[in-house]
Amino acid sequence: MRAYLLSRLGQTALVIFLALTAVFFLVRLAGDPVLLFLPMDIQAKDVNEFRQRLGFNDPLIVQYGRFIAGAVRGDFGESLRYKQDALRLVLERLPATLALAASALALTACIAIPAGVLSAVRRGSVWDHLGMTVAVLGQAIPGFWLGLMLIYLFSVGLVSLPNEGTGGLAHFVMPCIVLASFYAARMARLTRSSVLETLREEYVLTARAKGLAERVVIAKHALKNSAIPIVTLAGLETGQLLGGAVITETIFAWPGVGRLTVQALVNRDFPVVLAAVFLISVTYTLINFGVDLLYGALDPRTRRETEAG
Amino acid sequence: MIARLNRHLLGIVGLLLTSAAVVAALAAPVLAPHDPIKSDFVASLKPPGTPGHLLGTDQLGRDLLSRVLYGARIALFIGFCTVLLTAVVGGLLGLVAGFFGGWPGAVLMRIADVQLSFPFVLLALTINAIVGLGLRNIIISLSAAGWVIYARVVRGEVLSIKQRDYVQAAAALGTGKARVLFRHVLPNVAPSIIVVASLQFSQFIVAEAAISFLGFGVQPPTPAWGSMLSESRDFLYVAWWLAAFPGAALALTALGINLLGDWLRDALDPKLRV
Repeated sequence: MRAYLLSRLGQTALVIFLALTAVFFLVRLAGDPVLLFLPMDIQAKDVNEFRQRLGFNDPLIVQYGRFIAGAVRGDFGESLRYKQDALRLVLERLPATLALAASALALTACIAIPAGVLSAVRRGSVWDHLGMTVAVLGQAIPGFWLGLMLIYLFSVGLVSLPNEGTGGLAHFVMPCIVLASFYAARMARLTRSSVLETLREEYVLTARAKGLAERVVIAKHALKNSAIPIVTLAGLETGQLLGGAVITETIFAWPGVGRLTVQALVNRDFPVVLAAVFLISVTYTLINFGVDLLYGALDPRTRRETEAG
Repeated sequence: MIARLNRHLLGIVGLLLTSAAVVAALAAPVLAPHDPIKSDFVASLKPPGTPGHLLGTDQLGRDLLSRVLYGARIALFIGFCTVLLTAVVGGLLGLVAGFFGGWPGAVLMRIADVQLSFPFVLLALTINAIVGLGLRNIIISLSAAGWVIYARVVRGEVLSIKQRDYVQAAAALGTGKARVLFRHVLPNVAPSIIVVASLQFSQFIVAEAAISFLGFGVQPPTPAWGSMLSESRDFLYVAWWLAAFPGAALALTALGINLLGDWLRDALDPKLRV
């Protein structure tokens, strides 16, 4: 187990290192950020001095070396716009994003898993068709359009809900619905097909033959064994939720990492972009790692494989 | 029986919606009643149903119906180019990586890992912010973010296909490597490429709209659905139609392509049910 953990950790570090390297060089290809931050009437001498101070005049490889040396210590430099430590700026925004992603994931699971199980158990019924039609629709409707429509609907006076920023629980309602709609659709479809598959297994037949109540058969025997693909998808979706948050946060003016990243991209605030890339890929790989560990808990058979591998 | 009928019915709905989008895209110059980028300040922000403007007009008095029709053109063009580019590049790389293996295959899979450690929309957005805005660059950005899936799927398929007897037999008969690859392996990988392409198509269209919505990608006054939705935000409370129709067009197109893709996947590869 320890060897497995160490090799996974090594892989994770390599992936993050390569991601940072790629983004560093791409960002430098994009052009000079200095001119964006200085007034129009500035002298060429001053521009040069500013560049010198930020180290943009050094050879690229020297800049890269300096960047990696800093990144290892968690130092991505100062934000060009906010004049604050870039990583700290991103970390300050992380709780808002995580809170949104976690509540959206919870909402997704609360809707999608019961709907998927119901569709599978009552296969071919009205519920099945209704559930799956809604799921197909949910998958096709773009989140940012749904967000705009919700803002409009609530604004014309059905219920009053805040559509900007954070605050109380009410602030969560719209962003959560928007973020969860797409992922709930996918998860419901997967839950349905996964449960349908396990219901065909012989141990389900055995459980029924023993005279167990249908509820117990479904909850204990079928659902538990369908959990692996559902957990995999939930893990992947948590990662994608961080990406989806970019758009949702922008619509609802949510002060999270996604909105900060978009603003940093607009402003060519490269230290912040790099810090955000770092943080997002760390979160993403950590989530995948957690999912891998969960497999072992859900299906002891996979434990040996992961340990051997 | 009902389930099967339902499946075909959904497939046909998908076919109809997709055809409608394709017709709108191809025949936009004929179907559109007005020039999509010509402004007419006298007729600004007219609601749907105004004579001459079936879906109303926007803040510059441009006809919304014409803009939505031309939007189909932009969306499908971007989706089609991106799917083609990613399928060819990703497919070829996956084919080579799977067939020859060795270090190129290993390097390719490491690159894939790096890309997959980042959410797709955010990756495409970051690349787009770096390579620049506009129609051509959004196609490049989406392709650069999206080719990985093909490379992975194709590589996996090739690894199993090259062990099959008919491939081994062809090699044993002295068939050249290139011929084995393109005559014996490629045709058997083709269905997977088509299935992935159908799944990716609507994802690319929605991602493009999202990126244009955030102010990158396709720029105004080009009538792309995403940038139309972005502009509509300032007028949401006074002109709901500016947000409603381009978004509905986008959702219906994505729905049609998804349904058609599901249908295609069932027909081509019953194993690949998601």
